[in-house]
Amino acid sequence: MKLLKCPINGVRPVSEFIFGGEFREMPDPSKATDAEWAAYVFYRDNAPGIKKEWWFHSPSGTWFIAERNTATDEVLTTYLLGKKQAESTV
Amino acid sequence: MPFRLLKYALNREYKEPRFFRDCQTPKKSYDAIIIGGGGHGLAAAYYLAKDHGITNVAVLEKGYIGGGNTGRNTTIVRSNYLTPDGVNFYDASVKLFEGLSEELDINLFYSNRGHFTLAHTESAMRTMRWRAEVNKHVGVKSRVVGTDEISKACPQLDISCSGKAPIQGALYHEPGSIARHDAVAWGYARGADSQGIEIFQNTEVQSIDVRDGKVHGVQTNRGYIATGKVLSAVAGFTPRICKMVDLKTPIVIHPLQACVSEPMKPWLDTILVSGSLHVYVSQSSRGELVMGASLDPYEVHSTRSTFDFVEGLTSHIVDMFPFLSNVKVVRQWAGMADMTPDFAPIMGKTPIEGFYLDAGWGTWGFKATPISGKTMAATMANDKAHDLIHSFRLSRFEDYELTGEKGAASVGH
Ligand SMILES: Cc1cc2nc3c(=O)[nH]c(=O)nc-3n(C[C@H](O)[C@H](O)[C@H](O)COP(=O)(O)OP(=O)(O)OC[C@H]3O[C@@H](n4cnc5c(N)ncnc54)[C@H](O)[C@@H]3O)c2cc1C
Repeated sequence: MKLLKCPINGVRPVSEFIFGGEFREMPDPSKATDAEWAAYVFYRDNAPGIKKEWWFHSPSGTWFIAERNTATDEVLTTYLLGKKQAESTV
Repeated sequence: MPFRLLKYALNREYKEPRFFRDCQTPKKSYDAIIIGGGGHGLAAAYYLAKDHGITNVAVLEKGYIGGGNTGRNTTIVRSNYLTPDGVNFYDASVKLFEGLSEELDINLFYSNRGHFTLAHTESAMRTMRWRAEVNKHVGVKSRVVGTDEISKACPQLDISCSGKAPIQGALYHEPGSIARHDAVAWGYARGADSQGIEIFQNTEVQSIDVRDGKVHGVQTNRGYIATGKVLSAVAGFTPRICKMVDLKTPIVIHPLQACVSEPMKPWLDTILVSGSLHVYVSQSSRGELVMGASLDPYEVHSTRSTFDFVEGLTSHIVDMFPFLSNVKVVRQWAGMADMTPDFAPIMGKTPIEGFYLDAGWGTWGFKATPISGKTMAATMANDKAHDLIHSFRLSRFEDYELTGEKGAASVGH
């Protein structure tokens, strides 16, 4: 079974996690044009490669960031948003 | 026919021509280039020649014909969608499929089975009633049926699903069919080839030459080819092609897996789909049960298989058919599904002049092969989106005019 490291709870089976999609910087909703908002909501740089993604550890309700290679499915690191630690790999 | 066989038996040389020419050296330029020798790319090539007389066209396939999702799907053809736009589009495809064996002069083993989408909950029943009404409105044969009718069509099915998710009824769609998928690719390839279109296998597009917002050609492992029109019909590879032209789309790639059982005597006459149990199953002409489930739960750009898939799928199959517990799974594989947020394809023109997209086929594109070919050919020939695909345009996301086809997904996603 594939394993993933939750930054709070440690290494767990991937079935405990929910994929939240690619991390994207949100434009200021009060200033963004309709087109900018649509681009934020829908469009992605979806080609394979190393991506910053949202993941959710469901039993503990923890949202965190994983940097993962979407071509090889290798997770490079996981951390809480804003708390990147270089060593926290699986 | 036996006479021809005898002639070949006595002849040292086998003179029967191959399905299509073995093209090796592309010309310097073509009127149009099609990236991707799956069903969609080949069908577009075929109709470009047949409907529009455009034959100076090359189809470039990085692997072999039909080796992509066309040869990986569970071959279900249906038109019981949820939006009138979707129902009309897929119905036009079913109609083309029905005459296709004759048109392409190849036996596609198109087999009309009837298609049951099982409902295990009250809310699923509501969606089935909705779909049935939309379908009937557009003139497509779909109706809601009770468990008695399901049992009559498939007496082997345990209506209680081992007590876990009792079936309440189903959407019955009479035109639901299966077809031999690789024959669809070969048939269109031969049809395109015989009209003069050149098909290159082992030919990969590595970059696309866009200058001043306009397509000028493609760079391949067999050199540069000039053209003013490029169609990308590469299913799960779409994000890689879009990156070459710096075009953003909402497509995300999730693997979709399938498997087949060992062959059995024919016993399953219909196609059964369960959204709640994440199962679709039919029996192939070889006697194998062809089985699929929902998407893998997160984005991956590869065709790896997982144990989780077979384990989950087979446990649900056994809930539906307890007597299958001793039957073996013999093959398992995956394809890359190009998913869109509204479960409808992305077809037509793009902001780049001469760059056309046929993508976003996710888990549902095999059934659309003929109509996507026909409408994309018309769109390329006239540089104007065919009426049937207007609502599938890429700009619908910016216009906030999504199609909302999710309720017609065969299984939950
Ligand atoms: C397991 C599974 C089950 C499915 N079941 C069904 C079903 O029951 N019914 C249904 O309607 N749909 C189903 N689908 C979806 C359906 O298979 C696809 O939507 C459809 O086959 C897409 O066809 P295509 O011709 O667009 O793509 P493909 O057949 O994938 O062809 C694309 C081709 O492009 C080539 N290519 C990619 N990049 C390049 C490049 N740079 N240069 C040259 N060539 C390139 C690839 O090698 C590939 O051969 C299923 C899919 C899967 C994976």
